[in-house]
Amino acid sequence: MAIFGLWVINKAGGLVYQRNFADGLTQMTSNEYLVLAGTLHGIHAITSRLSPTGTSSGAHVIEAETFKMNISLTATGTKFVLLTSLAEPSANTVLQKVYEAYADAVMKNPFHNPEMPIRSEGFDIRITALIGTGHT
Amino acid sequence: MSTHPPSRFSVLSSSSLSSAELLSPTNTSARFSLPSAPSITTATTGNQKTLSRPNIYDRPLNKTRTAEVSAPAFAFLFSEVVQYMQKRVSGINDLERRLNTLGYRIGTRVLELMVWRAESTSKAPKREIRFLPALMTIHTNVWKAVFGKPADAIEKSVQNDDEYMIIDNDPVITRSISVPRDMSQLSCSSFTAGIVEAVLDGLGFPARVTAHNTPTNDFPLRNTILIKLEKSVLEREELFK
Repeated sequence: MAIFGLWVINKAGGLVYQRNFADGLTQMTSNEYLVLAGTLHGIHAITSRLSPTGTSSGAHVIEAETFKMNISLTATGTKFVLLTSLAEPSANTVLQKVYEAYADAVMKNPFHNPEMPIRSEGFDIRITALIGTGHT
Repeated sequence: MSTHPPSRFSVLSSSSLSSAELLSPTNTSARFSLPSAPSITTATTGNQKTLSRPNIYDRPLNKTRTAEVSAPAFAFLFSEVVQYMQKRVSGINDLERRLNTLGYRIGTRVLELMVWRAESTSKAPKREIRFLPALMTIHTNVWKAVFGKPADAIEKSVQNDDEYMIIDNDPVITRSISVPRDMSQLSCSSFTAGIVEAVLDGLGFPARVTAHNTPTNDFPLRNTILIKLEKSVLEREELFK
């Protein structure tokens, strides 16, 4: 069980935070991460319209053969994406705590510009404390 | 607004107003017109008035338990304060000076409120006239009144006789602030320094108070409030001996 990476996608589909933890996925260039995040943003928008039973909050988990993507959408449109191994049980709690750290260390930081890449030392520290090396 | 047209439009049916008129900013008077504001109308009806919470100005001053402000709410406010000021200053020193001024305005009130709360009921009200007890009061009472916990340490400068330090390992107001690297000199605790300066001034110990980041491994946010006393204070302290 492992946590491979964390993305934060702003409401326009831009990748504002990306960090890798445990090894196990191919490393990509920052540009490729940006493209993937934009693609996921689009897919997520489509999945939220696909529901046969009215409104939907969009995809929550996308499973692949070797990893799964856990997506959490906030009320303000920010998406937190956690890439984990298939058996990882703590993804949802971790995402909730990431949201908490984001609210505390990013949104209350006067030196952060909304919708811009997150360069907040406090957030990095909180995430390190939360996920560490990604091995759970 | 379109469903409840303000009274001065009552001769017109709401449909006779074009939608552009309803949406134009000059036409939004209904939002500000007093008779239709719900808060005013409920206040005048006697029955509901007793249910509503007392106005902030009518609450007793010496009740501290219910008078606490939520720290996250303050964090957002303080964040906006810093952003607002950052747009209007030319450098870090200027920003710190402005935060200090803002804190000073709070400090004068904190002192007054604190003395009122602590001494108004006592039979022999006292006032600190020696510097060290006054410093202890700031370390414990002011910090408790403002931040809900005492400061962590008081130190005296080894090199300079007129310098004292109050140390806070985890300052409440900067907990959510990450200063970018190119501004690493900035300490948002200048706000706290302003509070301390005002309290010292109010007690009759004029001083220049500044804030400095002094991080340690255990406490990355550790902050030192440096108090540089005016000469007159030291001379007066000498006379007491």
